Amino acid sequence: MSQTPRDNDFTVKIANVNGTGSASANTLLMKSFFRMGIPVAGKNYFPSNIQGLPTWYEIRASRDGYICRSGRVDVMVAMNAQTYRKDLAEVAAGGYLIYDSTWPRDRQLARDDITVLGVPLARMCNERFSRARERVLMKNIAYVGVLAALLDIDMNVVRSLLQESYGAKPQLLDSNQAAFDLGYRYAIENFSCPLPFRAQLMDATSGHIMIDGNTTAALGALFAGATVVGWYPITPSTSVIDAFRRYAERLRKDPQTGRSNVAIIQAEDELAAIGMVLGASWNGARSFTSTSGPGISLMNEFLGYAYFTEIPAVVVNVQRCGPSTGMPTRTQQADIMACAYASHGDTRHVLLFPANPEEAFYLSAVAFDLAERLQTPVIVLTDLDIGMNDWMCRDLKWDAGYQPDRGKVMSAAQLEAIEKFHRYLDVDHDGIPWRSLPGVHPKGAYFTRGSGHNMYGAYTEDAKEYQHVVDRLRLKWETAKTLVPEPVVDQSERHRTGIISVGSCDGAVREARDRLAAAGVGTNYLRVKAFPFGKAVQDFLDAHDRVYVVEQNRDAQLRALLLLETRVGQDKLVSVLHYDGLPVTAASIVDGINQDMARGKAA
Amino acid sequence: MSYIAKPKVAHPGLPRNELGLSLRDYEGGMSTLCAGCGHDSITAALVQAAFELSIPPHRMAKLSGIGCSSKTPAYFASASHGFNSVHGRMASVATGANAANRELTYIGVSGDGDTLSIGLGQFCHAIRRNLDMLYVIENNGVYGLTKGQFSASADVGSKAKKGEVNQQPPIDPCMLALSIGCTFVARSFSGDKEHLVPLLKAGIRHRGFAMIDVISPCVTFNDHEGSTKSYDFTRKHRQAAIYADYVPPAQEIRSGQAAGSVQSVTLHDGSRVLLRKVGADYDATDRMAAFGYLSQRQAAGEIVTGLLFIDEGKPDMHEVQATPDQPLNEVPYARLNPGQKALDAIQSRFR
Repeated sequence: MSQTPRDNDFTVKIANVNGTGSASANTLLMKSFFRMGIPVAGKNYFPSNIQGLPTWYEIRASRDGYICRSGRVDVMVAMNAQTYRKDLAEVAAGGYLIYDSTWPRDRQLARDDITVLGVPLARMCNERFSRARERVLMKNIAYVGVLAALLDIDMNVVRSLLQESYGAKPQLLDSNQAAFDLGYRYAIENFSCPLPFRAQLMDATSGHIMIDGNTTAALGALFAGATVVGWYPITPSTSVIDAFRRYAERLRKDPQTGRSNVAIIQAEDELAAIGMVLGASWNGARSFTSTSGPGISLMNEFLGYAYFTEIPAVVVNVQRCGPSTGMPTRTQQADIMACAYASHGDTRHVLLFPANPEEAFYLSAVAFDLAERLQTPVIVLTDLDIGMNDWMCRDLKWDAGYQPDRGKVMSAAQLEAIEKFHRYLDVDHDGIPWRSLPGVHPKGAYFTRGSGHNMYGAYTEDAKEYQHVVDRLRLKWETAKTLVPEPVVDQSERHRTGIISVGSCDGAVREARDRLAAAGVGTNYLRVKAFPFGKAVQDFLDAHDRVYVVEQNRDAQLRALLLLETRVGQDKLVSVLHYDGLPVTAASIVDGINQDMARGKAA
Repeated sequence: MSYIAKPKVAHPGLPRNELGLSLRDYEGGMSTLCAGCGHDSITAALVQAAFELSIPPHRMAKLSGIGCSSKTPAYFASASHGFNSVHGRMASVATGANAANRELTYIGVSGDGDTLSIGLGQFCHAIRRNLDMLYVIENNGVYGLTKGQFSASADVGSKAKKGEVNQQPPIDPCMLALSIGCTFVARSFSGDKEHLVPLLKAGIRHRGFAMIDVISPCVTFNDHEGSTKSYDFTRKHRQAAIYADYVPPAQEIRSGQAAGSVQSVTLHDGSRVLLRKVGADYDATDRMAAFGYLSQRQAAGEIVTGLLFIDEGKPDMHEVQATPDQPLNEVPYARLNPGQKALDAIQSRFR
């Protein structure tokens, strides 16, 4: 068995049973690498279940800073008998499997290309701890101790992390430290430590945080000044609101009254949640909701209403695996089309596509400015991978000079000065009319209606009057193209092959491009950050002979949107798709592109 | 959805309210409903109520869903913002609007289809939140705009215009509202403005969710022999449990109003509702008694009207949410922005 040292370049996966309290142990392990200065990613593959179903946590350490899913497992901690067979099979040749040797394992299941290490975790914890719950929980900390020995994790880092977590509860700190030591000592005494691949101190994580995108999307809304939230619980978006509530109640508290400048209303369903957002936005508050696929389906009618009546609204859609209920705890980018044209009739919506939690922060704030400037819904499309996994991101900064763009809102003085206010007149010729807020001035009154209306806001069934309004909405869409965030482009004139991708594919695309380049295949890259597509997207399409469109859905929705909304031809765009519910890997992108290139050569 | 402008001509001798406004200032566009529609009488009562309460029109917001009833906000208070939302979803829009600005007066107008079928969920949950608004159901037991289908408030045995007999039990909005904690439950009849106006005024002034179910016959599709929501049937079977008078905060209770068996309930702003009881034992502050009385009279085939239940003591949505007194839409950004220092503190926990 030959091995090459791969310090700071390995993936550890922990297979466990949901509800056994492994989250804090896994976070301890992941953060240990981060504190050692090693770029790291933590991905949680959890079931739609509270207790009993299999759950995995995967930690990739990458000295090169690749933090997408690696697609390989170097060390498997197999704590779940239900999935032992599958977990064993997943370990890469030359890798390691750690199992709880308290019970005999199935001898039928053996591999001679990996090393299997048995640790009597349950027995050790049963001997050391008396309470049943503690025995279960501490097994998890004990395997972190085993891994710390095998991977040569800095003990000072572990100690300070434990101190930070449990310092306030000395008894818990003692238990955790004891459990950690049990595993650590057992490994030192029984195995050849460290393994050929180790964690070694680096300096690549300063100025970074480890954070999930639901938390950052909530922070973006908080810093942008959102005050009214209507929401309905749905995996994987619920923690957006949990985080918003946690920070808003504290950071928006009036020291005198003890009351917070925020109203967070749990709705009876997603229809009501978006209805609340529209009511609040119509009334001049910054308001948002967060949801996932099924919620988007339910919100369709109101989204069309908001488009036609021109009411700002911000929706954070943490995409999950569809269709229908699908796999609520798995990731996908399969709501692109459903969001772009949500609702019946001629509707189209502004979409923003963060690639990671850092962008989720900034784009969720930008969404409010765009929604109010354009008086229309803006949907921020993240996904479960961005929303619920811990990503290494650069520190978040908030511009001290930021002022919300409230868009074209008539003040009381402006209303006083004009003869008559008309809601839908295009006075500035950019397709964006002026609006008035209720309660501000008697001259501001108008009737908001989803039925046919003319440019003055009055009911109409007149052909010309109706068409005038929907044509003006189309002009507003053209204006939107100039206001939405530009795509991220990495382009060299040497290359004729392009890659276009979106959102959480970004990390895997970057890694794939490096691998392709190492194999002599140079590519240019554009990542869309918004819909509608602006000129930069068209230019990129025009500049390439062949463009691979990388996305995480079966039906090539981004590709379809490009075909519909740009002048690109069918033949130029080649799909590279990944849609099994797990985050995309660089390998699958490299394979997809290589296969197409091979077909091209064969032809 | 009137597109016929109504000429605004105010006779100089018209009575003025405390704001110096006349009834004309509370009117809206020309109604496009059928001639004789009960809904237009309710619109007129709303105009009267808002005028008498001297509410600045631009400080009212009118909201509705879809259906004949939901068109009516266009026919009153043209100086108020209106929000004609989607079918059955007015309550959620009102919730968000109220969350953003607690100072406006919110008047929702819905129908029996809009409230009791497609909008039943939102109606119930707005009640549960004790959203501070007046919610009027213009109840005719029929889908008018789609030409005569039964609604969820149609009584068993009620006949449609084409002869079909309804078999499904009705949902009584008053009984439903009572059962889920509504703090103001009333029923009236579009054909009796004297009865309706004081109820509307009390409902507007009530702090919390004020639901008024107004039987409003559909002259086109539900005013025939065999209908239980016709003018004729309602007049014959109506049982006034209790008459309401509304007394503004500053006004003395005159002896005439207090005659007989009278219950006085003080509203949050100091105004009062005087309830003249017809049934001697009726207590409009006793939810269980109201429920029992309604059930009994319903079994006897009677439509009980009046202010059936009131509770001024329950916290409304804002009190439950513990929001500040200042409307959220007026809080300046400087007070909403936690700033970089707070962001740094948050991030220190993510290292």
